[in-house]
Amino acid sequence: MLRIVLNRLALAIPLVFIVTFLAFWLVSIGPTDVAATILQGETSPDVVEALREELGLNQPLLVQYGNWVAGIFQGNFGNSVITKESVVELINQRLGVTISLFIGVLVVVSVFGIGLGVISAVKGGWIGRTIDVLSLGGLVFPSFWLALILIAIFAVQLRWLPATGFVRFDEDPMLWFLCIVMPVTAASVAAITSVAKQTRDSMSDAMSRDYIRSLRASGLSRTSIIYKHALRNASLPVVTVLGLVMISAVTTVIYVERIFVLPGVAGLAVDGAMKADLPILMGCLLVFTLITVGISLLVDLSYAWLNPKVRLS
Amino acid sequence: MSATEEEIPVDAPVTQPVFAPKAAVAQPKPPSFMVRLLKKPLAVASLVWLAIVVTVGIIGQFWTPYDPILVNLKIFKELPSAEHWLGTDALGRDVMSRLMAGTMLTITGVIEAMLTAMIIGVILGLVAGYFGGWWDRFIMQITNIIVALPGIILLLTVLVVFNREMIAAMVVFGIMGSATITRVVRSVTLSVRQELYIDAARISGLGSFYIITRHVVPRIIGPLIVQLSLFSAIAIVTQTGINFLGLGVAPPAPTWGGMVAEAAVAMNDFPWLLVPSGIAIALTVLAFGLLGDSARDAASEGWTKSARTGGKVQNNDNVAEQDAAVAKAKSELNMDTFLSVRGLTIVADNGEKTSVLVDNMSLDLAHGETLGIVGESGSGKTLTSLALMGLLPTGTRVRAGAMQLGGQVFDLRDHDSIRDLRGSTIGMIFQEPMAALDPCFTISSQIVEVIRRHLGLDKKAAKEMAVELLRKVRIPNPEEIAKRYPHQVSGGMAQRVGIAKALVANPKLLLADEPTTALDVTVQAEVLDLIRDLSEQNDMAVILVTHDWGVVADSCDRALVLYHGETMEMDSVANLFSKPSHPYTQALLKANPHNAKVGQPLPTIQASLESLLNAPRKK
Repeated sequence: MLRIVLNRLALAIPLVFIVTFLAFWLVSIGPTDVAATILQGETSPDVVEALREELGLNQPLLVQYGNWVAGIFQGNFGNSVITKESVVELINQRLGVTISLFIGVLVVVSVFGIGLGVISAVKGGWIGRTIDVLSLGGLVFPSFWLALILIAIFAVQLRWLPATGFVRFDEDPMLWFLCIVMPVTAASVAAITSVAKQTRDSMSDAMSRDYIRSLRASGLSRTSIIYKHALRNASLPVVTVLGLVMISAVTTVIYVERIFVLPGVAGLAVDGAMKADLPILMGCLLVFTLITVGISLLVDLSYAWLNPKVRLS
Repeated sequence: MSATEEEIPVDAPVTQPVFAPKAAVAQPKPPSFMVRLLKKPLAVASLVWLAIVVTVGIIGQFWTPYDPILVNLKIFKELPSAEHWLGTDALGRDVMSRLMAGTMLTITGVIEAMLTAMIIGVILGLVAGYFGGWWDRFIMQITNIIVALPGIILLLTVLVVFNREMIAAMVVFGIMGSATITRVVRSVTLSVRQELYIDAARISGLGSFYIITRHVVPRIIGPLIVQLSLFSAIAIVTQTGINFLGLGVAPPAPTWGGMVAEAAVAMNDFPWLLVPSGIAIALTVLAFGLLGDSARDAASEGWTKSARTGGKVQNNDNVAEQDAAVAKAKSELNMDTFLSVRGLTIVADNGEKTSVLVDNMSLDLAHGETLGIVGESGSGKTLTSLALMGLLPTGTRVRAGAMQLGGQVFDLRDHDSIRDLRGSTIGMIFQEPMAALDPCFTISSQIVEVIRRHLGLDKKAAKEMAVELLRKVRIPNPEEIAKRYPHQVSGGMAQRVGIAKALVANPKLLLADEPTTALDVTVQAEVLDLIRDLSEQNDMAVILVTHDWGVVADSCDRALVLYHGETMEMDSVANLFSKPSHPYTQALLKANPHNAKVGQPLPTIQASLESLLNAPRKK
């Protein structure tokens, strides 16, 4: 087990470096003079040149990257070009919001995705078809559009939930919950349908296996056969899909933070991109790369936990 | 064997079952992938919608009903009307004109991303799958990295660096999407690569490029269309999403995503504005999604016939007739023996057609007796044993039949009444011992679960009993083996575990479905010995399904010969071997490789049958 963790980490750590280096490389080959973009109206070449110097854009690529990495290890992600705020501070203030969104999405997607998938595999019939139709809806409407529809219904029309804003859990748990219901729902719908579909397919596959017949021949109860044996065997591909949808949840979290005006890291990244604020963008890139690497690591660990063949080989 | 051709009666007596070899029906060649795809209404509807979108996109470049960026504050936020079919937005601009003008941007975005993903994915996938080795490992490592990227943040960086050029963003998105395409193309290429005709083509000196384009590329088209459709659906959402965030094309130029953002601002008092852009996006995503799904069905139909027939099985029978048949079977049951089956008929429903798989079978079995059911593959021997457990596979069912077991009478159509017998009165072991064990649980926990189910012992006692059972089936150091998972034991060991599981509740009947077919010859003998000894010790009756006359001779008291679901004859093993009365039994006995003569072709059932059937007529 420990060997699997170390093995995975040995692959994951280089990945973080590759991704961030890729971003630096993109900046160096891109046609845009980032300094000029930041300054927009400012035309004086001296001012632009000064900013280039400040951003380190005149140094060789490897030196730029080396300096940035060295800074990261000292907890220094640089400062915003525009507001001069410390990027670490900005991210620190906002990480809680983003993480709670991620955890919310993970819980909702696991519970509803796997639940609906199992029901549809076991019951079939009209429940299965209803889930099919609903999942089509979940897949075709983009999450940013669904989020707006949710606001139109539950905030504007019914006035049950606040349209935007965020309250920290330790300040007012009830209000926190109300604030996070719609964002989590909007970010989860598409993912739920993917997970439900995969769960249904793997469950149907598991149910048709020989060992299920032999369990039935042993006289075991239907409940045990479905929920203990079939579900356990169906879980590997489901976990794979769960990992993939959580990685793509980075995208939906960005939309959702924008739409519901949640003060999270994803929103910070979009702001950074809007204003070409490179240090902020790079900091956010690092955070999200770490999140996705963490998700992949969790998926691999679940494989080992769920599948004795992986664990014991 | 003493059976000679002279002994065959020239005119078969009427009492003997009618008998003639049955030929397999040839399957027609399935139509090509594109033809199958275009036969699907949903695929056609999707293609029609996409054609409409492209046409509108092209027209929108040259003509729209109104100027898409003309502000007219006199008519802002109007619902659809004769003049403005989709209404006007917050600045009084015509929504339909904006939607039309923005269409081309979405289309080009999707095409850019799709082409990038396709070109990179196909090339890398072909190279990895065809050349393998170092190339394969390297390319797969790259795809692993790409899949783990936080894609959207990289896209944001690209947009900053390339000054919000949509084409840069969509190309990078295509590169990210190429990972999935690469994996799919690789796996298809790998499977084609392993086929013999590819080896033959290489040996005959054809170049790699020729082989790939001629033999491999046609096979990847189906899966490729599936993946590209699904990827295009995601590309639309990404393209509109970037514009929704305001990181793409600058306003006031119309884009689908930008229109959703404009609608969001006006949402409080004019929610209608969400509808046109949202529906346009959703329908186009839907079209790609349905196209992908239909393509997947069309691609898999090539080798899996009627994969989607599952669900309800049509019962074409007359219920009253069935009931009468069961009542008759019940009246004929032999009540003086341990097990008696009468009139067992198993059928498969295939649409309107019902084919009979096992026809009117009867058998009797005394306490402790072992009955062999012998026949070729597909003769219905396994179905017979499954029917006695109420475990017939989906698509097949018992049409009629009654069973008397230990004095109790059952209607074999009624699975629920048989359910309580499973694992308690009747134990069963299977042909593939490894596949019959759940790979996710230890051997101990699988036996313990059955013990607790039937005997209600506590966990500790059940664990001890499991070890005892493993000892009873002669597994060396059972404490150690109990802790293992199925993949850690051999096939022979797994079958012993299967037997231990079946023995938990001390069943009076053991159904053994080809228990030794998948095992080594030496292990076969040991397992058969074990079954025979357990049968004697526990006075347990055994039904042994097999195609091996050696097994019948070794282990059975009596045997029943099945051919295409019809009982040819049932007799004591001694009689069957010394004077088989039915020509099929003779043919089957002859088709035993142990009787092969050096220098002669191996005897097969078809050849034996033909000589037997022809011989009498020549006389």
